[in-house]
Amino acid sequence: MSTNFLDRIRAFLLAILLSVALAAPALGGPFEEAVAKFANDEFSDTDAAIGAVATSGNPLALAIISALREGRLSADPQSRKVFVTQGDGKVIDAATGAAVDRLPDGAAAVRLNNRLRRTVEAALGGLTLLSPDPAKRIAAAQSVFKSHDASALAVIDGALATETNKRARTAFTEARAAILLYKPDATEAEKLEAVAIVRARGDQEALALLTGLGGDVPPNVARAAASAITSIQGNLAAWSMVQNAWYGLSLGSVLLLAAIGLAITFGVMGVINMAHGEMVMIGAYTTFVVQEIIRTRYPGLFDYSLLIAAPLAFLVAGGIGVLIERGIIRFLYGRPLETLLATWGLSLVLQQAVRTMFGPTNREVGNPSWMSGAFELGQITITYNRLWILCFTLAVFAILLGMLRYTALGLEMRAVTQNRRMAASMGIATSRVDALTFGLGSGIAGIAGVALSQIDNVSPNLGQSYIIDSFMVVVFGGVGNLWGTLVGAFTLGIANKFLEPVAGAVLGKIAILVLIILFIQKRPRGLFALKGRAVEA
Amino acid sequence: MPIQFTHDTATLSRRRWLAATAGMVLGLAAFTSAKAQETIKVGVLHSLSGTMAISETTLKDTVLFLIDEQNKKGGVLGKKLEAVVVDPASNWPLFAEKARELITKDKVSVVFGCWTSVSRKSVLPVFKELNSILFYPVQYEGEESERNVFYTGAAPNQQAIPAVDYLMKDEKVTRWVLAGTDYVYPRTTNKILEAYLKSKGVKQEDIMINYTPFGHSDWQTIVADIKKFGSAGKKTAVVSTINGDANVPFYKELGNQGVKATDIPVVAFSVGEEELAGIDTKPLLGHLAAWNYFQSIKDPENEKFIKAWQAYTKNPKRVTNDPMEAHVIGFEMWVKAVEKVKSTDVDKVIDALPGIEAKNLTGGVSKMLPNHHITKPVFIGEIKANGQFDVVWKTPGLVAGDAWSKELEGSRDLIGDWVGKKCGNYNTKTEKCGGQGS
Repeated sequence: MSTNFLDRIRAFLLAILLSVALAAPALGGPFEEAVAKFANDEFSDTDAAIGAVATSGNPLALAIISALREGRLSADPQSRKVFVTQGDGKVIDAATGAAVDRLPDGAAAVRLNNRLRRTVEAALGGLTLLSPDPAKRIAAAQSVFKSHDASALAVIDGALATETNKRARTAFTEARAAILLYKPDATEAEKLEAVAIVRARGDQEALALLTGLGGDVPPNVARAAASAITSIQGNLAAWSMVQNAWYGLSLGSVLLLAAIGLAITFGVMGVINMAHGEMVMIGAYTTFVVQEIIRTRYPGLFDYSLLIAAPLAFLVAGGIGVLIERGIIRFLYGRPLETLLATWGLSLVLQQAVRTMFGPTNREVGNPSWMSGAFELGQITITYNRLWILCFTLAVFAILLGMLRYTALGLEMRAVTQNRRMAASMGIATSRVDALTFGLGSGIAGIAGVALSQIDNVSPNLGQSYIIDSFMVVVFGGVGNLWGTLVGAFTLGIANKFLEPVAGAVLGKIAILVLIILFIQKRPRGLFALKGRAVEA
Repeated sequence: MPIQFTHDTATLSRRRWLAATAGMVLGLAAFTSAKAQETIKVGVLHSLSGTMAISETTLKDTVLFLIDEQNKKGGVLGKKLEAVVVDPASNWPLFAEKARELITKDKVSVVFGCWTSVSRKSVLPVFKELNSILFYPVQYEGEESERNVFYTGAAPNQQAIPAVDYLMKDEKVTRWVLAGTDYVYPRTTNKILEAYLKSKGVKQEDIMINYTPFGHSDWQTIVADIKKFGSAGKKTAVVSTINGDANVPFYKELGNQGVKATDIPVVAFSVGEEELAGIDTKPLLGHLAAWNYFQSIKDPENEKFIKAWQAYTKNPKRVTNDPMEAHVIGFEMWVKAVEKVKSTDVDKVIDALPGIEAKNLTGGVSKMLPNHHITKPVFIGEIKANGQFDVVWKTPGLVAGDAWSKELEGSRDLIGDWVGKKCGNYNTKTEKCGGQGS
């Protein structure tokens, strides 16, 4: 962006102050002409119009530019009139500010491309430096930090003098340092101080700022910058270890979530259930259906859609699980190969059924607002959806563990899997317990589908991508042991994420598979092998 | 282009396949009982089940739609067209089997089909041996020109190179991430792009190449790496050859980690209207895609097509995309060639096709070239909040498809010429037919 443009912004800021002081908005020909340029549907004209509107000093300018940014600025190519749709849905003529009944039929939103979006962003950044909202001031200071354009210096100096908010003060100081660093006529002392401030900030953007500095600075400043770069890089490298560990935990939680249902059906019951992935998929599609209903009928409930979907997914997938057990698997106990083939076939049937019902393309499952975005913790970014999935997984795991340990059904399940005949002679209806156990495993897979719909495609192929990983986790952790599944999932997740930066995603995955094969050679029963007669049975 | 790894190799009869078979049997019964007049058969070889069904089902519908439209106009050479639909089930060897079945048993005059490069490679020998015609509608890695195949999708110089040019000139990008799924299309495309970038003076340290497995869903590390790579004080962009299905989690992670298009734009070669239909596009605003067609392009031909298509599918929200347009062009070219030689004879049609022109849906006229590729316009679109694209740049004219890339050492001197030289890999240096490839 040209300095000329930012000069104009500064002029505009002054003009705003003046116009506020005099309460005499300057309406005139040039402003209307500039606004009409938005109707040309040419990026270069839009660019010129933004500049001209910003310099006009017209009180409508801020409204026009923020409307442009949010796609609320429309132009009618026929009459060459431009309109602002306000937040409350009312439409005004952008050139005069007069209210208009509605948008003309031919009017279309003024288009932006990335370059223009940056121009708009910088213009708004300049405009909102004096905003009464501290969050907006901080954001504006950040955008100045990135663009480090010297024209904002006067405004920042002025703002610093009166700023009381501590975080905004820091942001302004950093923005000021960034400007001075790149300002050719700043003194060496100023620049050295600026390097120190940027170094203290210590994040990737600070690094970008310092590495972009180039050679045309005094040698002392160049040295200080080089040492700051080394220090920031060292600091970031240490943080990247923490980041890898977090990514590993997050991947581990996804693996655990996908595998936890299988830990019941395969781990506890010993059924090689190839249709496990499809239960996950059914859970994801349940989420989709729930969201569709909420979108059309009760849009206000959207943020709760996942909470509503989770029990439903459990019931749907669990119900289908019980049907599968009653209809197919109970005839195949003790014949692992046939179970494998039958459930494999079943998985194809389920996939194609979903494909026929919902179509072969991906379905859109939205993220509720509390699962979107990220926050910074030190120098790492933690995304909310991953954080919630980690919490959710641990909660599901705890509930399942509690259920097996403390409920009557849990007791019966353990009894049946440990010694079926003894359990039967104690009066437990083993076949009913079998069906319920399989249903429980499938239901939990369904719940996993609700969470996975937030990070992956909801398509008929969803389940396939998790089936291999799930078996890997259960076998690695030790068949029949829920704690083994937990430790296995997190071990694999963390190992994968530490290998990935070194070896790349493809090789990393291969390395993990090789390591597991070697491990299984050494300990065929996995990390936590069950001991005792139950295993032998 | 895209291929997806699949465990789904079983050929069990699925519900859909059964339905199709049942439909065909019924159709056959009606056919024999009514003793209808002779028809020209058109084969449709697209996966209707398995992992690729997500993309290919639409193309099957497109061909059926085109045949329907043509029959309304009276068919071709006074005969009605009849579609023969088979389901190769995303299973590469089955593609070859089904192709053989279409040509020998059903005696189709032409086949429209395939999506992944591996499926195309697997049917090539069949089309050569049995001498038939395949129209291939998807953008692909190039380095191929076969007598029996007509490539109506984009070659790398009709998609990848113009996209990089746009980023270099308009966005002033100087640092590049080439991210792709680990298989032949991204690897070849990235090889071409790397050579091209270096020829433009981009240094090795300003290029980061990253490959991920099929269906990769955990993008945290890679997005963080891209952010890190992008913080070197130079304008950075991502050129993505990531395969269709892995894109959704990739874009979700980009959105969540706050990578905005104004900071690090991503230009994708495999993301179109169909793929975006499955994502919440608000965080993706401004990310780019390069194609030869966008649904949003304002053109009377396009509007007419979209209207007719949505009426045919009885779905007013049904989107259109680039490979569909390729089938529209290819189909019209084939019809024109058949009408020109007044016969469906394979050799005559193959010889007639080069030089045939057909309107594309974006206001231009595409032409079949002697190398069996076509001329196409190239568009760069930015993702809008409604899942459509806003064209921000286009090539001034139509770009001729290069069968062999001019950027790669091994293929620089090769051309495909089935008119003069009767050769798919003619070496202009040695003036001999032959070299790498077939």
